[in-house]
Amino acid sequence: MVATALSVNNIHKSFGSVEVLKGVSFEAKSGDVISLIGSSGSGKSTLLRCINYLETPDEGEITVSGEVIRTVKGKDGKLVAADKRQLEHIRTRLGMVFQSFNLWSHKTILENIIEGPMHVLGMTRKDAIGEAEVLMEKVGITPKRDHYPNQLSGGQQQRAAIARALAMKPDVMLFDEPTSALDPELVNEVLLVIKKLAEEGRTMVMVTHEMSLARDISSEVIFLHKGLVEERGAPSQVMRDPKSARLRQFLQMA
Amino acid sequence: METITNVIGFLPALIKATPLTLLLTAVAGIFGLVIGTLVALARLSTRRMLSMPAYVFTFAFRGTPLLVQIYLVYYGLGQVLPGTWVRHSFLWPYLRDGLWYAIFALSLNQAAYNAEVIRGAIKAIPRGQIEAAKSIGMRSSMILRRITLPQALRSCLPVLTGDLIILLKTTSLASTITILEVMGTARMLQRQSLLIFEPLIAAGIIYFTVVFILTRVMNVVEKRLTRYRTAKA
Repeated sequence: MVATALSVNNIHKSFGSVEVLKGVSFEAKSGDVISLIGSSGSGKSTLLRCINYLETPDEGEITVSGEVIRTVKGKDGKLVAADKRQLEHIRTRLGMVFQSFNLWSHKTILENIIEGPMHVLGMTRKDAIGEAEVLMEKVGITPKRDHYPNQLSGGQQQRAAIARALAMKPDVMLFDEPTSALDPELVNEVLLVIKKLAEEGRTMVMVTHEMSLARDISSEVIFLHKGLVEERGAPSQVMRDPKSARLRQFLQMA
Repeated sequence: METITNVIGFLPALIKATPLTLLLTAVAGIFGLVIGTLVALARLSTRRMLSMPAYVFTFAFRGTPLLVQIYLVYYGLGQVLPGTWVRHSFLWPYLRDGLWYAIFALSLNQAAYNAEVIRGAIKAIPRGQIEAAKSIGMRSSMILRRITLPQALRSCLPVLTGDLIILLKTTSLASTITILEVMGTARMLQRQSLLIFEPLIAAGIIYFTVVFILTRVMNVVEKRLTRYRTAKA
C-alpha cells in the first residue's frame, strides 16, 4: 500500500462572478506524476495554485501527507486558512516551480537556494550550502552559483528555481507551466531535469503544454475543461485514445 | 582680493560647524528612513485604522513648508511641554535645546517624503517574488524583512539619495531656531563682521563640498547594492 502524498478534494474557485473551478478532485500517491492539461482558461493553473493556497479555494479540501489544511468559513461563505502557521508548515512540504521562475532578483543563485533551508527550516549556513552544492550539480547550475538571476538565461533560471524548490525537501513538487516562458531552444534542458526527477520517483503535479513530456512521465493525465475534469487516466490511454471529443480536438491542436 | 581673503578667513569657523550639520543630516536621515518605511507599510495596509493616519501624516507634512513645521514644533511644543510632567523629568535638560526640536521636525518631514517613495517601490515589486517566498513557507514578517524591503529600498535608493542631499541642505533651516550649524554660524559671522556676502559664500562652499563628497559616497553604495540589476552575464 503506497501512501497518499496529496489529495485534492472537490475544489471550487471563483474570481468575481467567473467560476474557474467547479469541483475538481484528484489524488497523488507517493511517486505519482500527475499532469494537468487543458486549454487556457480551463482552470489548470488556478487548480495548481489552490494546492498551496497561493489562491485560496472557495470550497474543498487539500491534504498533504495526511495533514489537512485547516480552514474556516469567512464572512462571505468562502473558506480562509484557519491557521497561518499550519499553512506555512504545509507549504514547506510543497515545492513550487513557476512559469516565470520568480528567483529573488537581489540574491545570487546560491543565496536563492539556501534562503529557505536556512531561514524557514533553520539549517546552519554550512549545511545548507553543502546540500545546495549537490542540488546545483544535479540541475547543472554549479558554474553560476555566485551569479544573479538576471545574468542567467531562462533555462538556467528555471533549473535554479527547481533546485531552490528541491532544497526544502518537499513531499510533492508543483510545476506551473515550467517551460512556457522559455525560448524553444532552452526548453529541453529544463525538460531533462524534470524527467530526471520523475525517474527518481518524486511525487509531482504539473501543469504543462508539453504533451510529449506528459505522455512520457505521467502516471495520470487529467484533462480540465471549463473548471471540471473532462477526462482522466493513464497517458497511454488518455492521449492515444481519448474518449471525449474535446480532448481529441485539444490533442490535435497541441 | 580682499573678498577672497575674507571668505577664506570665515572657512575655519564654518568647518567647525560642519559636524553639527552632518549630525542633523545623519540623525534625521536615519529616523526619516525608519519612520518613512513604517509609514509606507501603514499606508499599504488594508486596515483603514493604519492607512488613514499614515495618509494624513504624509499629506500634512508634504503639504506644509518645513519652516512652518520647525516653528510649530519649536514654539508650539516648547510652549506646551514646560506645563507638563516633562518639565521635571530627566528629559528636560535636552528639551531646552533647539537641536531636538530641529531633529524632530526634520525627521518627520523626511519620513513623509521617504514614505511616498518607499510605498511606490514596494508596490512595484513583482508579485512572483512574494509568491515564491510564500511557496516555501515563509511567514509574512519574514517576507517583508528578507524579500520585500531589501528589494524596495534598493530600487528606490537613487531617489532616497537625492532626498538625503536635499535634507542636508534643508538642515540650514535649523539656524532659524538658534542652532549654530553651518548656516547658523554663517549668520553669526555676518553679524560679527558686518559683511553680507562673504560668510554666505563661504557657507556655500562648505555645503557644495559636503554634497559633492556625499554624492560620490552614495554612488559607490548604490553601485554595490544594485549590482544584481546591472551585473553582466
